[in-house]
This record gives sequence, structure tokens and C-alpha cells, in this order.
Amino acid sequence: MKARHKRLGFLVAGLVGLGVAATLVFNALDSNLSYFFSPSDVVQNKAPTDHVYRLGGMVQSGSLERGKELTVKFLVTDTAHTVKVAYTGILPDLFAEGQGVIAQGRMGPDGTFIADEVLAKHDENYMPPEVADALDKAHKSTPTGVANK
Amino acid sequence: MNARLINWFKFSSPASFYPLAGKLIPVFTLIALILIGVGLYMSFFVAPTDYKQGEGYRIIFVHVPAAWMSMFIYLIMAFWAGLGLVFNTRLSGMMTRALAPTGAIFAFLALWTGAFWGKPMWGTWWVWDARLTSELILLFLYLGYLALQGAIDDTRRADRAGALLVLVGVVNIPIIYYSVQWWNTLHQGASISMDNGSKMGATMLWTMLIMALGFWAYTIAVALSRVRSIILEREADTTWVSELAEVRR
Repeated sequence: MKARHKRLGFLVAGLVGLGVAATLVFNALDSNLSYFFSPSDVVQNKAPTDHVYRLGGMVQSGSLERGKELTVKFLVTDTAHTVKVAYTGILPDLFAEGQGVIAQGRMGPDGTFIADEVLAKHDENYMPPEVADALDKAHKSTPTGVANK
Repeated sequence: MNARLINWFKFSSPASFYPLAGKLIPVFTLIALILIGVGLYMSFFVAPTDYKQGEGYRIIFVHVPAAWMSMFIYLIMAFWAGLGLVFNTRLSGMMTRALAPTGAIFAFLALWTGAFWGKPMWGTWWVWDARLTSELILLFLYLGYLALQGAIDDTRRADRAGALLVLVGVVNIPIIYYSVQWWNTLHQGASISMDNGSKMGATMLWTMLIMALGFWAYTIAVALSRVRSIILEREADTTWVSELAEVRR
């Protein structure tokens, strides 16, 4: 066995060890690395009740109510469950019904999520408006802008 | 050892790589200029408006290729670092060192254009989600490598220490790439991936690929010219350097 084969062996073993360690660490951390909770997580009590967290999903179509001044109320859905959100402040340009959204805040006593920051989440599809129209006509029912998958 | 392997080893010697690099630089510079020129023109005037984000999405044509390059360059650095540690070739350390500043620039560019894109679309310059944070760590890895490599005077030891850092950090690359699949992030998923193909309009896709190839050519040209400087610096005492036309002048 030449010295360089030995070094190659050390290198490969080291990288494999590092990879295994990283996999274990990320498995252990799992959902702690997620940026937001989905409405299903909230309904199943997986989200914290006593401190601030982020709620992510889609603004349900037809659920947006504009209140006094800058107050808005809307439902956030992941198609399985919905959570009611109240927010006072300026919304990002991409915010709209049927669009992805991430709200940061805490759960109020009445089951309404009180947000103090609302961010728009868009998906990975890019196309000219004509194509989007054509697609829209082709399958009217398909929702767009849902969280990751 | 077979003939092909010996041929490769020939170019691992700085003395024979130096003139080869010199010949390649103008070729890649020209390719980079043409591709980036065409790519930028297409980015601004040819690619259609996006149905949702309007004109603002056009920053993608710099943002995504820059982010790709920041990851690719790191992998190439890891390749050279591994080669240097195993074979003790002098050129490997020089190549790793030559690529690092360009990688750092692309990582910075990806973060910077991302911030400019995030403000109007998401409503924020920065969030600590898995994608953005892991890309920031990549920038720190580049800067850390440059600092460590530069802090040690003996170039052989500097290269070995740097190579180790690069190889340990390589674990971050799959994390960046898969972060948007593994965890919920504000950052959207990949528009172009090996398993799902493309989720962009055809013209948009071509514009992005041309920009990416242009960035490749730029990276090669810049890294080669940097490695030539490093060769001259490190081999300054050798006969072959003192006999070079550009040095004797």
C-alpha cells in the first residue's frame, strides 16, 4: 500500500464520517430547522402556544376581510386545515388570495392567530402571463403557491 | 502507471501548466464576454414579464447563476483540496486558492441580489430560514478559507490547513441544495432540478442557462489568471520562471 493510497483512504473515511455525523445531527434537529408551522401542525397542537412562531400556508380564496384602517383578517390553509389570522400593517405586494403567505405572531385566546409580520411566499414557477392564463383555463381547480411540495 | 495518468501529471507541474493557462485565458475571457453580454440583453429585453412578479423577477438571471456558481466553485475547490492532500501536487493548493475569491464573490452576489429580490416580493431583506442561512455559512467558509490560508506563511502548510477546512465545509453544499426540500423555508423550491425538470418558461430558462455558462467562462478565466500569478509568486526562485519572456523584460 502506497502512502498516497493510505491518504486517500483517510480522506474517504473522514468524509464518510463527516457525512454520517451531519445526517445524525440533522435528523435530531429535524423540524426545529423549519421556518414555519403549517395550519395542520397548529390544529394538531404541534405549534407552541406560549410564544411567537411562524404560520405558513395559502391565503384561502374569498376569506380576506379588510377592517378599519390597515387591519386585515384572512384564513391560512394548507388544504387540510385552516387557521384564522388577524394582522394590522402593510402587506407585501405579492400578498393576495390564493397566494402563499408566512405570518409571524402568536395564537390569541380565541383561536385567532395575531400576526405582527406578514411575508409573501411565492413558488418556483415562472412564466409569461399568456401561458399562465392558458394554464389557468386548462385546469381551473389547481391551487398555486402552496408551501414547498 | 499507464500513459494517460502520466499525461495528467505533466500538467500538475506549475512549469507546464503556466503556459497552458496563458493560452486558455483569452479564449474563456472572450466566451464570458459574449455569453454574459447576450445573457444580460436577453434578461432585460427578450425574456417575457412574469405572470406574478412582473418585471421584478428579472433579478433571477443574476441571482440563480451566481448561487449555482457559489456552490459549484466550492465543489471544485474541494476536488482540488482532496487531490492536493492525497497526491501532494503543488498545483492543487494553488488552484484551490485561486478559486476561493471568485466563489466568495458569487456567494456574496447571490445573497445581495437575493436581498434585493426578497424586499419587494417577500416583504423582507433577510430571514433566517434554512436556505438563506446555509448560503451565508458558505460565504463564511470561503472567507474563513482565505483567512486561514493567508495566515500561515509556509505555503505547503497553508495549503494543507486550507484543504482540510474546505473538505470539512463541503458537507454544507448538499444542505444548501436540499434545504428547500428538507425543511419549510420562506425561499421557494428549485425551479430547475434533476428530478423535476424546469418550471420556467422556455425563454426564461435559456436566458438563465446562458448567464450560467457565461459565469462559468468568467470563473475559469479569472481563476486561471489568478493561478498564474500564484505560480509566479511561489516559483519566483526557479530557473524556468527567470527564463520567462515576461519576467526577463
